[in-house]
Amino acid sequence: MATSEQMIPDRAPPITQIGPIAWLRENLFSGPLNTLLTIAAFYFLYLVIPPVFEWMFLDANWQGTTRNDCTRDGACWVFIIQRFEQFMYGFYPEDLRWRPNLAGILLVLLIIPLFLKRVPYKGWLALFILLVYPVIAYFLLHGGAGIEEVDTSKWGGLMLTLVLSIFGIVAALPIGILLALGRRSSMPIIRAVSTVYIELWRGAPLITILFMSSVMLPLFLPEGMDIDKLARAMVGIALFQSAYVAEAVRGGLQAIPKGQYEAASAMGLTYWQSMRLVILPQALKLSIPGMVNTFIELFKDTSLVLIIGLFDLLSIIQQANADPNWLGFDTEGYIFAALVYWIFCFGMSRYSLALERKLDTGHRN
Amino acid sequence: MNQASNNNNPEKPSFFNSPQFRSIAAQALLLAAMGVFFYFIIQNMLANMEARGITTGFAFLHEKAGFGILQTLIPYSEDSTYGRTFIVGLLNTLLVSGLGIVFASILGFIIGVARLSKNWLVSHIAGVYIETFRNIPLLLQIFFWYFAVIRPLPSPRQSLSIGDWIFLNVRGLYLPRPELESGFGWMLAALAIAIVAVLLLRRWAIRRHYETGKTFPLLLTSIVILVGLPLLAYLASGGTIAWDRPVLKGFNFQGGITVIPELLALLIALTIYTAAFIAETVRAGILSVSRGQTEAALALGLTQTQTLNMVIIPQALRVIIPPLTSQYLNLVKNSSLATAIGYPDLVSVFMGTTLNQTGQAVEIISMTMGVYLTISLLISAFMNWYNHKMALVER
Repeated sequence: MATSEQMIPDRAPPITQIGPIAWLRENLFSGPLNTLLTIAAFYFLYLVIPPVFEWMFLDANWQGTTRNDCTRDGACWVFIIQRFEQFMYGFYPEDLRWRPNLAGILLVLLIIPLFLKRVPYKGWLALFILLVYPVIAYFLLHGGAGIEEVDTSKWGGLMLTLVLSIFGIVAALPIGILLALGRRSSMPIIRAVSTVYIELWRGAPLITILFMSSVMLPLFLPEGMDIDKLARAMVGIALFQSAYVAEAVRGGLQAIPKGQYEAASAMGLTYWQSMRLVILPQALKLSIPGMVNTFIELFKDTSLVLIIGLFDLLSIIQQANADPNWLGFDTEGYIFAALVYWIFCFGMSRYSLALERKLDTGHRN
Repeated sequence: MNQASNNNNPEKPSFFNSPQFRSIAAQALLLAAMGVFFYFIIQNMLANMEARGITTGFAFLHEKAGFGILQTLIPYSEDSTYGRTFIVGLLNTLLVSGLGIVFASILGFIIGVARLSKNWLVSHIAGVYIETFRNIPLLLQIFFWYFAVIRPLPSPRQSLSIGDWIFLNVRGLYLPRPELESGFGWMLAALAIAIVAVLLLRRWAIRRHYETGKTFPLLLTSIVILVGLPLLAYLASGGTIAWDRPVLKGFNFQGGITVIPELLALLIALTIYTAAFIAETVRAGILSVSRGQTEAALALGLTQTQTLNMVIIPQALRVIIPPLTSQYLNLVKNSSLATAIGYPDLVSVFMGTTLNQTGQAVEIISMTMGVYLTISLLISAFMNWYNHKMALVER
């Protein structure tokens, strides 16, 4: 009697239904076509990965100071290690490199609280970053007012890439917001001017805009007044980027239901009050993923300043590749540059995706 | 009573506070500010140009250019005018953009579909492709292909080759060219007739489908017509197609089609870079068709192929086409990076060389930007038309 009441223990599921074998059957070998694809893909990986891995790591040269130390068949990372400082700072004087470092650390320290929950006065902090930090950064990087000056022609490498792209977003943000509001304004002239501005800069490639700002800008200024190459590039980038930011913000504005506008004006708020207190806080939040995406594009596009003779990361690597002492190591240089750009862009795109998911709270319509 | 009615009808705002006045004033102020701004820069520009001795106007377009161009689609020599330089550059830009769009679309669609494959390995290889090439600047990729891949290729004598037909070396890619004089002309004519026939057949089949509900194996018939007619023409003309093959003569290849290395590098980089974006667009488009649509279609008794053709693809295309056209537009704009490796596109020969020689900055820059603006306006006009045509008809 007692034995019959005992449950028979559960049998393990068949091996074809669970575990790694089932996974393999499901995902790699679920049919003749799929099996063929898997074999082809494995063959492709076999062709690509082992030689690349061997070249990049197993046979690579890591130690030494000159090209003669690169005796093995693989990559010559000595080249990158020797030039690393230059790739980061360009021709910035060595004893003053703590200044860009300090500016970078300061920026990171200021930005981190923006991402933490429950930090008070985030709005003021953001304003501080947008308005005061650029001034501090200018004095740290360029000098002046008693601090030793470093001419912008000595700026270069990753530092210049970061300066250009961060400047681009900081300058473009206020202009872009105004343009987006202008494009949705009910006043025909303001709407027309904003639309023409946005479509003009979005329709032309960045190269032509950089050419324009480097060749035509000096013509537009009063005689005797001159601005350096970096400032010209910055003007071009700000014009270009503000049009893209405007479109990102417009996307956010369009996602705000009409009731919000109507409620704000029913409360007796003026146009600027309703924008500042009701519409923009919601719209900007929604447009952050779009803005991060335009920022990624800008970060990649800053490499074009090479064409007007600035030494950003790509440009300085291109120059190092042409160094007679290090000829023939182009691939190593490009791979290093690609890795740096990739880390920044991939990181930001993951952030943008996560943000999009977080903001997608389902109240959009 | 009186007081209450007063409260309900507040005083009208004074004239200066009325919305009408404020809006007119704001716009007038903007116009005035812009007027002052443009007056200021134009004055400065004229003064600066006079100081540098630059004349304004488009007369330079009729002057002799005096420099050669690496690749010209129309006859061009050093005696040609700057106006012709502009056309040559424009055609080169259109060539690389057109080819880039074709190759990037093909590769992008393949990668996009592979990303959605049920095969774990295939979909992850596609994912790695997308995330790698999307996040590396295009200029860097162009440099990589040009300086690190094509430059170290062997000299013409040690070319890499496929049979006696295709050769690849540091001077470029050499392809055989079909000669139009022989049967090839007939084949082209037959192909044109076949395309027209297929279009007419499609219209007829759709109308018959609407009227009678009968389906017609359109795809199969189209393929038969498209392949069969040219093949028939080929056989009827005696099966002779002459190919002009590249042949090594002296230090270089003669004959055939030569793809210069700059074009090759630019094309490879543009294709690989843009394909990553197109793949994401395609994936998003296909994913945007909800699963319920597939299930409903299958429940109605449609076959897998019918579901794909009649339910999923039409709805996915509606989502795919707008971002796809903006990717094409980006590709056209990105082709201007050609100037960095010396492919003679519009920016390179016109904004680069011509601007350096003549100094006519304002005219040249506005003409170049005008070209890109025109292309982008045309493409967005097409997109608006398409969106209008494809918009859901809501009841």
